[in-house]
Amino acid sequence: MELEQFYKVIGIISGGVPLLLLIAVGIPPIFGAKLSEKSTATTVYWTVVIGLLTSLIMLATMLITGDRHVPIELGNWISIPEQHFQFHLKFVFDRLSVPFVILTYLLCGIVGAFTSRYLHREPGFNRFYISYVLFMIGMIFASLAGTIEVLFFGWELVGLSSALLIAFFHERRNPVRSGFLAWCVYRIADAAFLVAAITMHHLTGAGDFDVLMGSGTWPEGQALITENQAIIVGSLLIVAAAGKSALVPFSGWLPRAMEGPTSSSAIFYGALSVHLGAFLLLRISPILHQSYWLSGTVIALGLLTAIYATLAGKVQADIKTSLAFASLTQVGIIVVEIGLGLSYIALIHILGHAALRTLQLLRAPTLLHDYHVLENAVDGQLPTNNSWFSGLLPGAIKKRTYRLATDRAHLDEILDRIFVRPFLYCFSTFSRWEKSWMALLSGDDRTKSDVTTIQDEFGEDVRSRND
Amino acid sequence: MIELHLPWIELALLSPLVGIAVSFAFRSVELYRIIAVCASLFSFVFAFGAWEDFNTLKVFEAHDKWDLISPFLGSNFVVVDELNAPLLMFTALMYFLTALATLKTKVRRFPFRLNLISQFTVLAALACRENWGIVILLALQVIPAYAELKSRQRSSRGFLIHMLLFLGVLTSGLLLYEFNLTRNTQSITPVILITLAILIRSGCIPFHCWLPDLFEKATLGSSLLFVSPLLGAYAAVRILLPIAPDWALRTVALVSLVTSVYSAGMALVQTDARRFFCYLFLSNSSLVLVGLEVATPIGLTGALCTWLAVLISIFGFGLTLRAVESRVGTLSLKGYQGLYDQMPLLASFFLLTGLAIVGFPGTIGFAGVELLVEGAVEIYPLVGAAVVVAAAVNGIAILRAYFLIFTGTRYESSCCMKARAPEKIAVVCLSFLILVGGIFPNSSVRSRYHAAKEIMSRRKLDDQTNAQPSHTNRSGDSK
Repeated sequence: MELEQFYKVIGIISGGVPLLLLIAVGIPPIFGAKLSEKSTATTVYWTVVIGLLTSLIMLATMLITGDRHVPIELGNWISIPEQHFQFHLKFVFDRLSVPFVILTYLLCGIVGAFTSRYLHREPGFNRFYISYVLFMIGMIFASLAGTIEVLFFGWELVGLSSALLIAFFHERRNPVRSGFLAWCVYRIADAAFLVAAITMHHLTGAGDFDVLMGSGTWPEGQALITENQAIIVGSLLIVAAAGKSALVPFSGWLPRAMEGPTSSSAIFYGALSVHLGAFLLLRISPILHQSYWLSGTVIALGLLTAIYATLAGKVQADIKTSLAFASLTQVGIIVVEIGLGLSYIALIHILGHAALRTLQLLRAPTLLHDYHVLENAVDGQLPTNNSWFSGLLPGAIKKRTYRLATDRAHLDEILDRIFVRPFLYCFSTFSRWEKSWMALLSGDDRTKSDVTTIQDEFGEDVRSRND
Repeated sequence: MIELHLPWIELALLSPLVGIAVSFAFRSVELYRIIAVCASLFSFVFAFGAWEDFNTLKVFEAHDKWDLISPFLGSNFVVVDELNAPLLMFTALMYFLTALATLKTKVRRFPFRLNLISQFTVLAALACRENWGIVILLALQVIPAYAELKSRQRSSRGFLIHMLLFLGVLTSGLLLYEFNLTRNTQSITPVILITLAILIRSGCIPFHCWLPDLFEKATLGSSLLFVSPLLGAYAAVRILLPIAPDWALRTVALVSLVTSVYSAGMALVQTDARRFFCYLFLSNSSLVLVGLEVATPIGLTGALCTWLAVLISIFGFGLTLRAVESRVGTLSLKGYQGLYDQMPLLASFFLLTGLAIVGFPGTIGFAGVELLVEGAVEIYPLVGAAVVVAAAVNGIAILRAYFLIFTGTRYESSCCMKARAPEKIAVVCLSFLILVGGIFPNSSVRSRYHAAKEIMSRRKLDDQTNAQPSHTNRSGDSK
């Protein structure tokens, strides 16, 4: 077998194996059957093992042969040759994607094994794994994407599965609200991403990163678009990255995302999902470096996020939220590194941070238990260490900073007041006007929606719950 | 005249008529359901046959073998072409699945006979390329909906005013255009009237209020079947597109775009599931008109792909909502209903169809939205951004509805609420179409591109023929 064919086979297995897992886990419930917990865990285990092994084989082969850039052509997804329009499917194995894929398989495998015990006999066991598989597919596709369309595909899947997993404990309202909030931010990010993708298509005639970034392999590529074009595309992609990585001002959803099961919080919001925005910025780093304005924006955004998350994280009372803000601080620093052009340092930072944070989050429930044991042993609270810096600050500033940090800098409130409330107020008013207009036209006293009818048994229950 | 191997379309049209005739022989409503299911199944099979047969011929248009209608009404009354072949099949499928998925507990409330009449008129309208034929069939399609509102003793005034206005304006516009009553070939009055009629029938703002009204007052199944085939868009392609100057198309595109964004916002604030669905439908059906009126090959291809996607996904979404409603009554979006554990399959399908509506990657809607935005960006960059904004807001509205309906404190029911076998068939069938159409979109896009090219070439042809008489006229004036 020639090397090119070997790459293709290994590459397709590495990128495509989670799709088989989706079929195995997702299809049976449609026909009223479902895999047992043991079968699900075993299937996930073998999928991850195959995916991880093939990724490692790919890495080893690339290191032996010295290849730094291995494109795997999968053909045209949509093609209208007469109009020179095509959506190209392509995986790329390079210095950025290979570590990310290995990290994804590694962490997904750990969390898959952890969850099979953590959610044992939970009613939503299969539901969790369906969202988990969607997430894994999304991460693998996003990591290996050789075109912006493949990246968008993965990006959207990660967003959907994240929202569903935050709302996993859907009997309670708070997780559902948090999931919805995350979804709203993701949709804004996705909209920016889609416009960027289409603008790229428009500018270069294709969404292929190789076309856009020039001939150089990552991270040495040189963008083939002008500075002004780079500013348009880059700004949109920065918005997309900010939404996905919870950078300021979209940071509000990340601490709330901890409402989901510990295992999903660990892998998604502590390790992988939260770094996807940073990954996007790394992937398009040649565009960012085309303009000082873009690089400056990325640095400023990263710094602001790091400062905000450090302050907010200091005043949190529960371990998962503290870890969420700690993650955000690191993501902010990673973004600064990307803005400064330190691509390799940023990549290493992502890998190390993701592994450490997964460990911390998975350990969080038992860590609390350990603390309780220690406190019982010393018969009192463990001593707290105040930093020397806090001793230098005047009391008034400390108090104000504390309040600001407790209120998370009012970021959510500001977004709510500026965007959400006016939007909802306008459309609610329009809705009332429309109902009145139709009531007038139809000769009704009021429309049926004002007196929603609910069937007896269900209605009583809903009314009592709403009361 | 190129012919199909069998009179597929006439058989597809005949099936519902036979069903109506047979239903008069029985008095049992349970039998009405069986008859409606059989009649719509036959109609679907014949429409599918027409599509398959047409594909094997590799031509742009074909007529039925032993065409009995052409000698009386002309060759354009029953014809299958690149545009309507899939529309006929999917519309027939919609009627079949609606009848099939009607629960036995609801057979007394669902007007099967009226729906067979509606099926005949809709399929006949889709098979018709003659302007006056389309107008008459669109008028006939109003009758079953009106009759249903009357039988349910609900006010039909608002609906009727809009429909009469639509028919009146369309008829006036066509009369002025075809019989040249303005005596001036440069007159813009006919085009304005036809444009206005299209906007009313498509539910573009400010003429959209009849749609939420219909959804609130008629059964969800009937209203779904009344609006889902997008006959407003069909009339736009057949009647308006060939004759309209660019400014008229731009006007329709602009109004449709505003409707799409506005309806997306409205869907987000609704507290009633039917009104929410209605605005969601409006937002997405308007996108089809946006693409149609952009009138570039890519934009038009995008519009035609979105048309099919909306047809399947919005219908699937509506069908799921109907299945939920038939178990728990009219749904309110004011609080969390907690229905997931009672109906997990319906919840998943609700999400899948909802995501397909907003063009989620991997579903049938994605290719259409991408092409639509790409086509729109070429002409008006801001239009592309507005389409993306509408899709984003719709996505938020869909997940909000999903969370409100299916999450929350678990509802304990004394009876099983899980999907029944016929509903499962409908769900599997539509899921298959949504996913296969999303994962392998190329053949569908190619077919829509051919249709778009043909529509564009007809438009150019009409431009040339329109230019000819006006030139002669101007020469005549100069003389």
